Amino acid sequence: MNLTLKIWRQQDANTKGKIVDYPISGIDEDMSFLEMLDVLNEELIAKGEEPVEFDHDCREGICGSCSLQINGEPHGPDRGVTTCQLHMRMFKDGDTITIEPFRAKAFPVIKDLIVDRTSFDRIQQAGGFISVNTSGNTIDANAIPVNKHDADDSFAAATCIGCGACVAACKNASAMLFTSAKVSQFALLPQGQVEATDRVLNMVRQMDEEGFGNCSNTGACEIECPKGISLENIARMNREYLAASVKKN
Amino acid sequence: MAIFDSNIPQGDLAKKWTNHKNEINLVNPANKRNIDVIVVGTGLAGGSAAATLAELGYNVKTFCYQDSPRRAHSIAAQGGINAAKNYQGDGDSTYRLFYDTVKGGDYRSREANVYRLAEVSANIIDQCVAQGVPFAREYGGLLDNRSFGGVLVSRTFYAKGQTGQQLLLGAYAAMNRQINRGKIEAFNRHEMLDIVIVDGKARGIIARDLVTGKIERHSAHAVVIASGGYGNVFFLSTNAMGSNVTASWKIHKKGAYFANPCYTQIHPTCIPVSGDHQSKLTLMSESLRNDGRIWVPKKKEDAEAIRQGKLKPTELAEEDRDYYLERRYPSFGNLVPRDVASRAAKERCDAGFGVNKTGEAVFLDFDSAIMRYGKEQAIIQGNHNANDKEVRELGEKVVENKYGNLFQMYEKIVDENPYKTPMMIYPAVHYTMGGIWVDYNLMTTIPGCYAAGEANFSDHGANRLGASALMQGLADGYFVLPYTIGDYLADDIRTGKIPTDTPEFDAAEKNVKDQIAKLVNNKGKNSVDSYHKKLGKIMWNKCGMARNAEGLQEAIQEISDLRDDFYKNVLVPGSAESKNSELEKAMRVADFLELGELFAKDALHRNESCGGHFREEYQTEEGEAKRDDENFKYVAAWEYKGKPSDAVLHKEELEYNNIELKTRSYK
Repeated sequence: MNLTLKIWRQQDANTKGKIVDYPISGIDEDMSFLEMLDVLNEELIAKGEEPVEFDHDCREGICGSCSLQINGEPHGPDRGVTTCQLHMRMFKDGDTITIEPFRAKAFPVIKDLIVDRTSFDRIQQAGGFISVNTSGNTIDANAIPVNKHDADDSFAAATCIGCGACVAACKNASAMLFTSAKVSQFALLPQGQVEATDRVLNMVRQMDEEGFGNCSNTGACEIECPKGISLENIARMNREYLAASVKKN
Repeated sequence: MAIFDSNIPQGDLAKKWTNHKNEINLVNPANKRNIDVIVVGTGLAGGSAAATLAELGYNVKTFCYQDSPRRAHSIAAQGGINAAKNYQGDGDSTYRLFYDTVKGGDYRSREANVYRLAEVSANIIDQCVAQGVPFAREYGGLLDNRSFGGVLVSRTFYAKGQTGQQLLLGAYAAMNRQINRGKIEAFNRHEMLDIVIVDGKARGIIARDLVTGKIERHSAHAVVIASGGYGNVFFLSTNAMGSNVTASWKIHKKGAYFANPCYTQIHPTCIPVSGDHQSKLTLMSESLRNDGRIWVPKKKEDAEAIRQGKLKPTELAEEDRDYYLERRYPSFGNLVPRDVASRAAKERCDAGFGVNKTGEAVFLDFDSAIMRYGKEQAIIQGNHNANDKEVRELGEKVVENKYGNLFQMYEKIVDENPYKTPMMIYPAVHYTMGGIWVDYNLMTTIPGCYAAGEANFSDHGANRLGASALMQGLADGYFVLPYTIGDYLADDIRTGKIPTDTPEFDAAEKNVKDQIAKLVNNKGKNSVDSYHKKLGKIMWNKCGMARNAEGLQEAIQEISDLRDDFYKNVLVPGSAESKNSELEKAMRVADFLELGELFAKDALHRNESCGGHFREEYQTEEGEAKRDDENFKYVAAWEYKGKPSDAVLHKEELEYNNIELKTRSYK
């Protein structure tokens, strides 16, 4: 395959960025998208140029490192996959592909295609946990039975990989799909009930402080989410938030 | 010479850990807040250790190269975590988990450590459930279990095919709670590049901020290395691309012994290599072997026809298939341990029965499971006359519920539907059982420097059974290290803050800066990856699934030559003062180029086959590994002496007082 890549290059957060064109040839359709970028980088290095920086690690769709806005879509045109699991068979010979970083005020660019997503960590630190001592003096695990349906729903919410595609897909750069997935995981489990009120209030407050926008029910986040995290979580978070607000007042 | 005593407590095996905990020194809670601990790596071992040490009151600094601790490679573990809970009532016990693990490790692990691991395993599940880890449940609300390779009971707890993810997020949540309380200071996108030793004790690290390139000094009263394994020495492996040996290797160069580097686990069920462009191998959870049957064609001409695409695997009659694991190992069948399953696949492919284009793949077939589950479901639903199509649909649903995400991942990568045609799999480098030598307290041969999880060597012997890595990571981090580190730190309550403006920090920082300058200014002509790939080829061909003396001798020379070439001709573009992934890789590959040589040297000296170390010269007539307990029942702990070829071997003799050493048979 022969392709033209239009890639966002930016030296650091304080420098202005721009799109640069790179023609590339000899791309195999079995390659992953990131392997295609590896090929480009090898060519750039051979020419003495600086390679394109992008985040990646596990390359099996689970660590959530890889990002990339590909032709305007987070993680590209395929559904239910991360960029590292996107394969070149999704593209055609002669295609022009635009590659940009995930864009949001709360995700400042570090370099080229790498953005800073530590705002997600701070949302979690505001309450995305159960306050249990970790030194092992807990009751037997089977003393806390959990309805299978609830456990499955909790698990489904917990599978969020924190990649930020929801934010990048949203016209408001809202982090509500991410935050609600975290809120839901604990809201559905008996262990999470004690702190439920503070958890949702604190996490939502932090989310707003980080500069993320609000949800306006467009649903782009759900469509672009590589892990199929459901919008139902946002509804659940809103219910939790309302109940918590009433309780606190 | 460094301190080299395993410090295994005296007394009955079952009481060692309890007695030890009763006897070791404690640190008064009020004094803990005057003590700093550095944790390098934030996966299951590092994350759980950091959270628990902070919980106890120590001031903790964590370091990880990822942008967030939540991305540590533990997140990719799929299948599950073992625990001797005996919830299923199928005869499990602490002793059986201990026995299976020692036997599975081919009698090359330390009895006392493994027993402790089995002992605390049940507690791990309680802890994780309390933290809100959403394990799989049965309809009654209780926890569900499944079985893994090398084991005859169902002791594996799981969260679909994403157990590692859920356990890691549990540890990360526990860390977040401590960050929120100000007890953990997290340094993400930071890499440890050297350890600082003052008066013989680990007192800090030199780290590089990977965004700004700034070299930083961090002091502490103790340093914990939990940076994972070194499987990426093979370039292609199931490890995350960034997984590296640097932290372990730097402490090795400063006096920590490196144990059993040649013990590598080759996982039997990975997606096969498709071409030269490949950057990474993807694992398909071993749990698939609960339901998948492994086979190749019986006749070479059928294998040839399948390779050429003239024959579909589904068209091959049952009697023309060779279910070679069921044939060779009737009692364990498809659930033999990983080393056995991997070698058996290689043996069939080497003999010409491989089923993909490269001839390096076997089938993992779910057809009989789909039909079996489908029939069961039809009967449950009251449909006693279901036709094949209905049965198949019902069966696919059951399989999807169990392994849906794995099937989807396979389809995305290979572009074939595994519900309709058997998966193709081949062994790949997965986990390293070797690592930094530690004593019973998890302390390395450098006082005050500890190693936990995959970074240490202690619990898995020469092979690792499935679902045991997660168990060890969390056991070390939640339940072992927090106790044992107190024994050492009790002497430090009056030390006060460790200063960083000392000659030791100066020297370590200069060392790091010199290495960076050398690489950035080298201006050679070859990329870092080109060296890493060459190293990987040497490792796979000569130190891979099967090794022999001749190949290992060649490997040692080739790696040494490649290292020389690297320092002459490597090209690292960009500057050291900004985000520079090529520089990061170059620093890591430099360390792999030294570790690889020690790996081959260790494999060469071990004149026996055991677990993941298969020396072709030492095998039975049936092709099974032939161990030599008389001469090699020891841990090979290497001391660094300037270069890998000069490393000096120290032996820790292994004693088995509670288990009889037997030939490992899974027939």
